[in-house]
Amino acid sequence: MTAARILVAKTSLDGHWRGINVVSRALRDGGFEVILAGMVTADTIARVAADEDVDLIGLNVGGRVEVVERILDTLAEHGVKTPVFAGGTIPHYAVEKLEKRGVRCFPPGSSLDDIVACARELTGTVA
Amino acid sequence: MFNAALSGDRRSLAQLLSVVEAGGDDFEFVAPKLLASAKGIHTIGLTGAPGAGKSTLTDAMIGEALRAQRKIAVIAVDPSSPFTGGAILGDRVRLSDEHARDESVFVRSLASRGQLGGLSLAVPGMISALDAAGWPIALVETVGVGQSEVAIAASADTTVVVVNPGWGDEVQANKAGLLEVADILVVNKSDRPGADATVRDLERMLHLGAARSWNPPIVKTIAAEGKGADVLWQAINDHRAFMEASGEWEERRRTRRLVELRERVTSALQRISTDIEKNEGQDIAMRVANGELDPATGAAQLRAMLGKRLGD
Ligand SMILES: Nc1nc2c(ncn2[C@@H]2O[C@H](COP(=O)(O)OP(=O)(O)OP(=O)(O)O)[C@@H](O)[C@H]2O)c(=O)[nH]1
Ligand SMILES: [Mg+2]
Repeated sequence: MTAARILVAKTSLDGHWRGINVVSRALRDGGFEVILAGMVTADTIARVAADEDVDLIGLNVGGRVEVVERILDTLAEHGVKTPVFAGGTIPHYAVEKLEKRGVRCFPPGSSLDDIVACARELTGTVA
Repeated sequence: MFNAALSGDRRSLAQLLSVVEAGGDDFEFVAPKLLASAKGIHTIGLTGAPGAGKSTLTDAMIGEALRAQRKIAVIAVDPSSPFTGGAILGDRVRLSDEHARDESVFVRSLASRGQLGGLSLAVPGMISALDAAGWPIALVETVGVGQSEVAIAASADTTVVVVNPGWGDEVQANKAGLLEVADILVVNKSDRPGADATVRDLERMLHLGAARSWNPPIVKTIAAEGKGADVLWQAINDHRAFMEASGEWEERRRTRRLVELRERVTSALQRISTDIEKNEGQDIAMRVANGELDPATGAAQLRAMLGKRLGD
């Protein structure tokens, strides 16, 4: 049995790695393999998701939701059907917008347990 | 999927690599086909202490390879947590975006799983898959702590050991082993003081070791600035030419195939024996744990059960 794989990518240029690191550790402790991509462009996220054969994509949002929407468009263009969830500073108005496109959102204040549980659900793995 | 992977479809290759990594029946089905499509990939192992700059150096080496119009595949290994089996695979953070999306680059992150035989089975299998898919070079990054550098040396044609200035001042443990597996030594972070002294230390230590037909060159790099990667590639190509001329290229492959054969048998046996311990051998294991039965007698009884299973 191999563990489910999650690509975690940063979508903003700010130097804030704390949230990404905390969530990545929680996912690792939940038994997932977390592939950290750092700050990459939308095309690269599509490429990495395919090359690494991941089961889930996690986007760290830094306020600008348009960036996330562009990434979703790019993934669709490349035929990547991997589920996506997002965390970080997602503005309120944006949560609804993203969830409509099938992206589960975890704005600030979300519990790590909920994030891990969601990862389990989206990858079809059990604890 | 298999044929698509071999004819250059990346998505299929990515899926093939997952099949290889899982190592189950599906892998046994494709394994003979991989051998039939083998082309002679050059595997370069890159090992060294945590933080030595292996991933940064990998990125610099990719840049050089692309300048020379060569395709390059990378397998980046990071340790799994022994408690949860999870892992954070962070080597990609050092990869530039430009390299990460280049058609001529294929990077795959791999967790060590901390299991006996895990890595030593997954890596050779994945290299065979990349070879069959037409990738001419595979760079394998592993953190070198203790036994694992020996393990990676076993699956590489050319082993590059990365150290930093000041390495000579550290404790002696492990050094001899590292020098023994190194075909090429890299002093990375040569922008820091002490690089030349470290080169001299390494030269002296190499002289102390047993004479070898190949004298490992020592290359200074500043991976963070992309400096020295060209010299490193030259050393790697020289090593390859040496191996081909001396017959070592084929000799290492022969050894590697036998190692993989043994690893696969051992790991299969171990899987069955663990399963026996949880099932028909549960009583025996319990009595050994309680101190009622000595481990040697217990082992003999489990062995008999193993024999029965293998007879099935
Ligand atoms: N000064 C200096 N720093 C460097 C150089 N190469 C890498 N570094 C830095 O060293 C740190 C570790 O680099 P990595 O490339 O992640 O090291 P690594 O060996 O892959 O680390 P692990 O995979 O965690 O074992 C980073 O902060 C790099 O920027 C160099 O040539 N000079
Ligand atoms: Mg690294």
